[in-house]
Amino acid sequence: MDDPIMVEVKDLHFSRGNTDIFRGVDLQIPLGKITAIMGPSGTGKTTLLKLIGGQLAPDRGQILIGGQDVHRLSRRSLFKLRRRMGMLFQSGALFSDLDVFENVAFPLRIHTELPNAMIRDIVLMKLQAVGLRGARHLMPSELSGGMARRVALARAVALDPDLVLYDEPFVGQDPISMGVLVQLIKKVNLALGLTAIVVSHDIKETLSIADYVYIIADGRVMAHGTPQTLDVNDDAHVKQFVHGEPDGPVPFHYPAPDFFDDILAPAGQFS
Amino acid sequence: MTRYLTALGRATLDTLSSIGRAGLFLVQSIICLPSREGFHLWLRQMHFVGVMSVAIVLVSGLFIGMVLALQGFTILVGFGADEALGQMVALSLVRELAPVVAALLFAGRAGSALTAEIGLMKATEQLTSMEMIGVDPLRRIVAPRLWAGFVSLPILTVIFGVVGIWGGYLVGVEWLGVYAGSYWSNMQDSVNFVDDVLNGMVKSLVFGLVVTWIAVFQGYDLIPTSEGISRATTRTVVYASLAVLGLDFVLTALMFGDLG
Ligand SMILES: Nc1ncnc2c1ncn2[C@@H]1O[C@H](COP(=O)(O)OP(=O)(O)OP(=O)(O)O)[C@@H](O)[C@H]1O
Ligand SMILES: [Mg+2]
Repeated sequence: MDDPIMVEVKDLHFSRGNTDIFRGVDLQIPLGKITAIMGPSGTGKTTLLKLIGGQLAPDRGQILIGGQDVHRLSRRSLFKLRRRMGMLFQSGALFSDLDVFENVAFPLRIHTELPNAMIRDIVLMKLQAVGLRGARHLMPSELSGGMARRVALARAVALDPDLVLYDEPFVGQDPISMGVLVQLIKKVNLALGLTAIVVSHDIKETLSIADYVYIIADGRVMAHGTPQTLDVNDDAHVKQFVHGEPDGPVPFHYPAPDFFDDILAPAGQFS
Repeated sequence: MTRYLTALGRATLDTLSSIGRAGLFLVQSIICLPSREGFHLWLRQMHFVGVMSVAIVLVSGLFIGMVLALQGFTILVGFGADEALGQMVALSLVRELAPVVAALLFAGRAGSALTAEIGLMKATEQLTSMEMIGVDPLRRIVAPRLWAGFVSLPILTVIFGVVGIWGGYLVGVEWLGVYAGSYWSNMQDSVNFVDDVLNGMVKSLVFGLVVTWIAVFQGYDLIPTSEGISRATTRTVVYASLAVLGLDFVLTALMFGDLG
């Protein structure tokens, strides 16, 4: 990994209440590549993206984007930095008072002085790419979950940002649109040379487009490498995760008391 | 005992920190340069916050004016002073009822809607995604709503007062037979522009600021779940109504207190 670094996470510590979510995470996201972040549900992948986007502040450690420490920037510089970032939220987060077209046009209207005709062309191009040009007049409440996510994706790349954070872009997509989205993410990355961070559980799809992969579990980076090296990695944790086996060292359950004790607990002792 | 004191201390700290946050929030959102874009957003909110509240204000103003005239007439006629009805209706409305009742209605109609709307935007991550696009939601979402609230409540108060006086006229003059000339001329003689009308407007300006501020802050600061939204909406109506009634007393004491 000798490419220049776009995002660097150093010794990241973060906790919510009494739960430590990150206990010393180090990541390097290479410029112009697609980096996948994978890990069991609830390990803090969404939290990591929010830390990178500057919405949450770490307890310890640093996050550098293009050399700038995100959490030391003034509010103004942070907003300026965010103009070069696109983020696809896990929930889509479309603006409910704007229709599909205006949602995608929003970043363009805010940050550019482009004439309306050009904004229209760009928006229609982005919507065409996600297959929803015909849905431009619908309101977010009239979209299915998968459609909303595709619109959100179009919005995230509307400004052709330098860095895009995708939180679960493939969830709720049928096999056809899934294939299209995978190709789309790869294509914008190649054509525009943008840096992408993809958080996803869809291992096969993610590994097929990622240049580099980090697996996070238990507050730490458990493994990292190119998809090829991970595929042949012998570590039991990595194997279990990459091959999707239910039994193994990675727990599927949120920490809980023993299941049988819990089930057989005498009445009155329920907690 | 210690536990009680600890709880009290914590509650005090929580309250203080939330007042601090609310103050900072207000300052950050209302201080902004006027722009064409902002003007459009403000106009849109004037529609949702102001225009949509006109109907309820019209109906309530009419009924309050009518009831005032009815009640006032039965008292005044006992002293043979029924031609002072216009004065009584106008002064009660202009000094007290129009600013206060319009503000209470505004808190229930527009305030609760503002809280729920902003709360839902927060719960569905619209505010965060706006921040990620590089737009400050305080500017784009909160500021136009605050300004719309400040501006529309005084206007609603004027509408309330005018309709109320007309309602008083309907009952007093048209129905109970007070002489129309004395209804209007008594009113003109007794209502002082600075002391009454202006003071009433000052009240409604203060109420507009406080009610909208509470509503918008409750929405922005709530816990983003459906339960959090419903609680915050209730809090908006309760806090805003109490604030209006309490401030009304304070303002009245300041404005008219030296008379007696
Ligand atoms: N607002 C919050 N307040 C308190 N705890 C939270 C909050 N949001 C998330 N958490 C906790 O932080 C942990 C990480 O959450 P996060 O959403 O980052 O997980 P994730 O890796 O994105 O999971 P998934 O793959 O299911 O989306 C979870 O254990 C969750 O309980
Ligand atoms: Mg997540």
